[in-house]
Amino acid sequence: MRAALFLIALAALALAPIAAPWLQFVLTLALAKGFAALGVAVLLRGGLISIGHAMFYAVSAYAIAFLARAGLNEFVVLLLLGTLASALAGLLIGAFLVRYRAIFFAMLNLAMSMVLYALLSKLYGITGGTDGLRLAVPRFFGLALDKASFDTALYYAGLVLMLGVGYGVQRYLASPLGHALAAVHTNELRLEYLGVPVRFVLLIAYTISAALAGVGGAIAAMAISHILPEFAFWTASGHLVLVAVLGGIGGVAGPFIGSLFLEVLHTLAVGVTDAWNLIIGVALIGVIFFLPSGLYGLIRRRSGEPA
Amino acid sequence: MTTPLLQAKDLRISFYGVQAADGVNLEIREGEFLAIIGPNGSGKTTFLNLCTGYLRPSSGEVYLDGKPITAMAPRTIARRGIARAFQIPQLFLDQTVLDNLMIAVAAKRGIWVPFRALGADGRRREAEELLALVGLDGEAQQLAGALPEGRRKLLDIVIALALKPRLVLLDEPTSGVSTIERFTLMETLMAALRRAKVTALFVEHDMDVVQRYADRVVVWDSGSVMAEGPPSEVFKDERVLRNVVGVA
Repeated sequence: MRAALFLIALAALALAPIAAPWLQFVLTLALAKGFAALGVAVLLRGGLISIGHAMFYAVSAYAIAFLARAGLNEFVVLLLLGTLASALAGLLIGAFLVRYRAIFFAMLNLAMSMVLYALLSKLYGITGGTDGLRLAVPRFFGLALDKASFDTALYYAGLVLMLGVGYGVQRYLASPLGHALAAVHTNELRLEYLGVPVRFVLLIAYTISAALAGVGGAIAAMAISHILPEFAFWTASGHLVLVAVLGGIGGVAGPFIGSLFLEVLHTLAVGVTDAWNLIIGVALIGVIFFLPSGLYGLIRRRSGEPA
Repeated sequence: MTTPLLQAKDLRISFYGVQAADGVNLEIREGEFLAIIGPNGSGKTTFLNLCTGYLRPSSGEVYLDGKPITAMAPRTIARRGIARAFQIPQLFLDQTVLDNLMIAVAAKRGIWVPFRALGADGRRREAEELLALVGLDGEAQQLAGALPEGRRKLLDIVIALALKPRLVLLDEPTSGVSTIERFTLMETLMAALRRAKVTALFVEHDMDVVQRYADRVVVWDSGSVMAEGPPSEVFKDERVLRNVVGVA
């Protein structure tokens, strides 16, 4: 049942841009935000909420813009180096932040992201300030494509990445290290008394979550081709938390489901009314009240598994 | 004379002017079952906290195999062979009994295997053997949070044993356990400790349990050792009977 649902969803995602070409850009952005929300969900497993994770989304996007300007304009190289830049930023910032818990962790993430936002906005000579940076269409495995073809290739590459990275994250969460992360949430003291360095467990999770946000930032940067400081703004971070909670953190698919649902709902709501925030708000209240395990929890219940 | 497994030398610590350890000297030798008894608030749990790095003494030293461990973190001390079970069981309540054990087994073997399943590489088998050892195998798939108190205690203890420690510190293993379950739990526990050849130090309020299972008893009062010796001698001491047994 679960496998059948998965295959149907995957086929729908693969065919959607063919049936409705306007959906391709929406879905590409949804995938990008899904990766970043998955990063947030990884931290939520450990009981840590980050309201600043969009900073890693932005780090990757700006890294790509700088690298492209330096002449490195190949999709795979940009994706890898953008992700690496976010992971390194996550490692550095995480080394400081994993000492904190609860509201202090959340607020320090927020503070860090707003420092980055301010720097990106003010350092005009380097970052282009509020005008941002343009990104030329990268080559795709050596092929020089026009923008429309590249966007299509990017979307399908994003789908393949979702499967590959999602599988990797699932393996990590099912490993002793992933279980130790969940154990931090329930009983940090016991974990310490088992000889496990809790901060190191969290630092690994933080670095992975930053890398995931980096994958998302790289895809978004290449899809939009225009990188702005708003990538790091606190509302973008709040959006990622929202997506993770909406989709559910019980499985790797949750944040992607949440992101796809929210992006499509947003696009449809904007077409119907100016008060699209109202529609999204009502939908969210419904999910939070009636689906505490998120949309993924609902799917799991329907397929006979515990939510 | 061989070096004691654990040795406390002149340990002192106070909280808001109250001496919880006032020059404590204590040794435990390999293979011993040592019981600590004393009234509530006399500093017994504080002593366990000092031995496991949770608290640092204002003066004095703790030695393991003759080497100081006083300034070490709990995780470092755990890796050197001292495990601990708590008065209030410290479990991963949202995870199954088996997962709790597998995490402990993984902690002993090394958790840095990012892409191997928790139950792989023999971790599940070892965890299941440990659960069977204490009769928890029937509850392996239950959430730890759903276990009754006595079973939680047992799980907490077997988690400590999963580390294959040389010394296990047990803080009131029978508290919160019904009188009927108490001796069953202790029999199971002692059999497991003997089989694993683990030295044990346990804080206990039940004098019947102490008399039956301890090789040696240390009597605590106001942060210092009032008396020590085999149970048969200690429980004849008038001061112990008057100040501790009557009130503990």
